[in-house]
Amino acid sequence: MIVIDGLTKQFGPFTAVDGISFSVAKGEVLGFLGPNGAGKSTTMKMVTGFLAPSAGSARVCGHDIVTSTLDAQRMIGYLPEGAPAYGDMTARGFLKFIARVRRLSGAEADKAIDSAVEATELAGVLEQPIDTLSKGFRRRVGLAQAILHNPPVLIMDEPTDGLDPNQKFEVRKLIGRMAAEKAIVISTHILEEVDAICTRALIINRGRIVADGTPAELMSRSRYHNAVSLTLGGRTTVETAEKLRSLAGIESIEVSPRGDETTFTLFPARSGEGDTMLVDAVARIAREENWQVRALYGEAGRLDEVFRRLTRSDAGGKEAA
Amino acid sequence: MNELLAVFRRELGGYFATPLAFIFIVIFLFTMGAFTFYLGAYYESDQADLTIFFNFHPWLYLFLIPAISMRLWAEERRSGSIELLLSLPVPLWAAVLGKFLAAWAFSGIALALTFPMWLTVNYLGDPDNGVVLAGYLGSFFMAGGYLAIGSCLSAVTRNQVIAFVVSVAVSFLFTVSGLPIVIDFFASWAPQQVLSTIASFSFLTHFEAITRGVIDLRDIVYFTTLIGAWLIACGIVVDMKKAG
Repeated sequence: MIVIDGLTKQFGPFTAVDGISFSVAKGEVLGFLGPNGAGKSTTMKMVTGFLAPSAGSARVCGHDIVTSTLDAQRMIGYLPEGAPAYGDMTARGFLKFIARVRRLSGAEADKAIDSAVEATELAGVLEQPIDTLSKGFRRRVGLAQAILHNPPVLIMDEPTDGLDPNQKFEVRKLIGRMAAEKAIVISTHILEEVDAICTRALIINRGRIVADGTPAELMSRSRYHNAVSLTLGGRTTVETAEKLRSLAGIESIEVSPRGDETTFTLFPARSGEGDTMLVDAVARIAREENWQVRALYGEAGRLDEVFRRLTRSDAGGKEAA
Repeated sequence: MNELLAVFRRELGGYFATPLAFIFIVIFLFTMGAFTFYLGAYYESDQADLTIFFNFHPWLYLFLIPAISMRLWAEERRSGSIELLLSLPVPLWAAVLGKFLAAWAFSGIALALTFPMWLTVNYLGDPDNGVVLAGYLGSFFMAGGYLAIGSCLSAVTRNQVIAFVVSVAVSFLFTVSGLPIVIDFFASWAPQQVLSTIASFSFLTHFEAITRGVIDLRDIVYFTTLIGAWLIACGIVVDMKKAG
């Protein structure tokens, strides 16, 4: 539903977005990741027709955003960064304005507003001016505005920024409910969110895509992928580490004591073997040696570590997929 | 067209959502009355017409109209709602025109509320109501001219105060371009054609022609062309400044 090809944006000599290409199909929730200033928002502004691209193209449901801007924009629900709105209007007045612009009128408009209000749980604040609302409610007004016309494509710039954990949970649930029949793009800094709601993640750095894959695929690039974490209570000795090192397929071990506990992280040699075997082996040793096991688990990988490695300013595009 | 109407309604409603509309209209009516009766010595003039009343319009508009226009785009840019507005399926021209027409309608409402002046003059004497109507029409078009200037300059900045001050300055130049204050500056070196061209940009010249009761097509064309040109400039500025 979204096809982006070689999208580029230059501000004077500065290239904010540098030849990005990707596409998003119906049913996909694409998580758009990257450090501040990587070009996430600029990309979204181009796809929604707010900024004109310097080069490349973006098509939304078959409509080119440059040559048939309005047709493309009708297909999109967009929540800009910071959820801007007209602060002097009431939430209801604002949604009515959006409905009018979206060419919904009469009963159709009322129905659309009602269902958007229900989905975002705004009923209690509909008659209040948006300026007087809390940050969480303002964000939800922005969400309601974006989903009002039930668009096939939903683009949201940091939809959960500034929300409390309960509100974040609600917004993620809402996105999850809509995911099946829409193509959704969200940008976020919150990596757990990617794991929670995205079917695919795209990491960009300095305007270029440095990774593209499912959250699981990205996590498998982590050095923690398939590592085993073992936390022992009581006194541990050098021999403990030696015992663990003697297990087959261990490449290295990291030891980090904290309080009266010690955590050993075992990194397997990169053979691609399943981690369950290693966990079993560690469990067996622990039983035999009568260690006080506080925790033992196999790691899937850590997104934040992958993110840091790919987007540190010196990383460039080395790991590009 | 739907979109234009939606923008128009939102913007006009926006004036009345805050005390701005009320304050503006009260001050507008009050100063209009005070200027006409005290500064203009309306009673002493012993004339049953509204010439004195209309003569003050350009000068009041000079300060009051930029107060209406300053928020049109500066506020959108400051709050970031411009990104929302221009990513909605609203053509740029519809956004520019819708906002302008809303501001123009608002100034029209304020102008219409001066109708007690008209009642007064009809009570006191027997004025030529055709001339009065022409005066109102001219005043309305002139307000549109000031608004178009203010609308464009409001798009240049995200600061409403700057928008206001710059609009007043530019409007001032357009108001007085036929008076010695401007003409004298060019008179010593510019050829006569240039002088008359500059003078022909004056709001005062065109407005006074209309208030005399002569609705010359050239004066109407002048104001509509001026409005059109400034609105096109406004669209260009809005488009250019989006990224900033």
